[in-house]
Amino acid sequence: MLAAFDFGVIGRNLPYLWEGMQLSLLLTGLSAFGSIVLGTILALMRLSGIKLFQWIGAVWVNFFRSLPLLLVIFWFYFLVPVVVQQQVDAFQSALIGFVLFEAAYYCEIMRSGILSISRGQAWAGYALGLRYSQTMRYIVLPQAFRNMLPILLTQTIILFQDTSLVFVVGLADFMTSAVNVAQRDSRLIELYVFAAFVYLVMCYFGSLYVKHLQQKMHR
Amino acid sequence: MIDIQNVNKWFDDFHVLKNISMSVAKGEVIVVCGPSGSGKSTLIKCVNGLEPFQKGTITVNDVSVGAKDTNLPELRSHIGMVFQNFELFPHMTAMQNICLSQLKVLGRSQSEAQDRTNTLLDRVGLEGLGFKYSSELSGGQQQRVAIARALAMDPFAMLFDEPTSALDPEMINEVLEVMQELARDDGMTMMVVTHEMGFARRVADRVIFMDEGEIVEDANTDDFFGTPRSDRAQLFLSKILQH
Repeated sequence: MLAAFDFGVIGRNLPYLWEGMQLSLLLTGLSAFGSIVLGTILALMRLSGIKLFQWIGAVWVNFFRSLPLLLVIFWFYFLVPVVVQQQVDAFQSALIGFVLFEAAYYCEIMRSGILSISRGQAWAGYALGLRYSQTMRYIVLPQAFRNMLPILLTQTIILFQDTSLVFVVGLADFMTSAVNVAQRDSRLIELYVFAAFVYLVMCYFGSLYVKHLQQKMHR
Repeated sequence: MIDIQNVNKWFDDFHVLKNISMSVAKGEVIVVCGPSGSGKSTLIKCVNGLEPFQKGTITVNDVSVGAKDTNLPELRSHIGMVFQNFELFPHMTAMQNICLSQLKVLGRSQSEAQDRTNTLLDRVGLEGLGFKYSSELSGGQQQRVAIARALAMDPFAMLFDEPTSALDPEMINEVLEVMQELARDDGMTMMVVTHEMGFARRVADRVIFMDEGEIVEDANTDDFFGTPRSDRAQLFLSKILQH
């Protein structure tokens, strides 16, 4: 039975699949960076004393959390070229979509991170003459990041899995590359098993690392 | 130096400060005491604008704390504050804690700030401990770092909000001694919220007794401990001085 399978197809296409993986990792890294920055700004807006900012932050979060990611990716693929009036490559439009979408989730993580820092810490900063921005930058946010690091990483692992959705806009990430090989060589089962195995291993070890980090922090 | 006139503050419906008027002259040490919930911690946080108040005026060195156009960060940089829970920044060493505002607010150079920090650490009896994180220091040591951090800004007045309440008994004196030196040797203007009546008796020029958001008694130290005029202050003293 197993003789009917040809796993050699994976070895022969490894360079092509690796290229896809590099794109997946690049997209994950850039999206995570952009959406953590944007999410932190949104979290500060939600926690600010200014009604308008609170409203913008809340609308953003609720809006993107109510949409399927697939729709957002499609949307930006067709929308961004119209807005900027020129051809935009699929990678850029996917990146924008991911950053705006994931920022909603990172925002809520950072918001609880900031709320986990006692009010007295900010008071101590203000009492020394630091401004709001300095107090956030030097005192509150570094501690919030530290406390939330395991959850931020977990969200990034989810983001890594989600990048496989760029399949729909034909971007050659790892998943799309696997599908391409599978269809060209009619080796669907081999390639889908391999793709599942790769995602499983990477995400499993990612989660183990998060767990290790959590234990280290609680010590 | 610090002048508080008819200050009223509400937390929603709760009237936490009722018509508070008092002042602290330059070089004076004032102890504010009273039962918990009497509003004394809230009052001291109003002095540097950490807590807003709805009515009345507070001026520090002739600058109005509550006015809209006041540059609060600038004013606060001249008023040192020490908190009940120390509030050292746990992700920084003692040295970094004391240097931060010197670098970011006063614009001192790194070496200048470090020299000043070392001098201050010596002064509060923590020579050579600048590399420690707050989690590696005892409560008394943490509070002394916090005092050094406030002094690094060369403040013209110091506010102490129950500086020894979170300390184990054997560490209270090391903190009180630093405060006492500050009052005696530097002639620092100090407003101290505390239950340490021994400290009040030794160091304070005046004692203010608060209860239920009001100032019940404002007297010279000797008069306060000799013959408190109000029943409430007498009752408070009899309870607190028994042990």
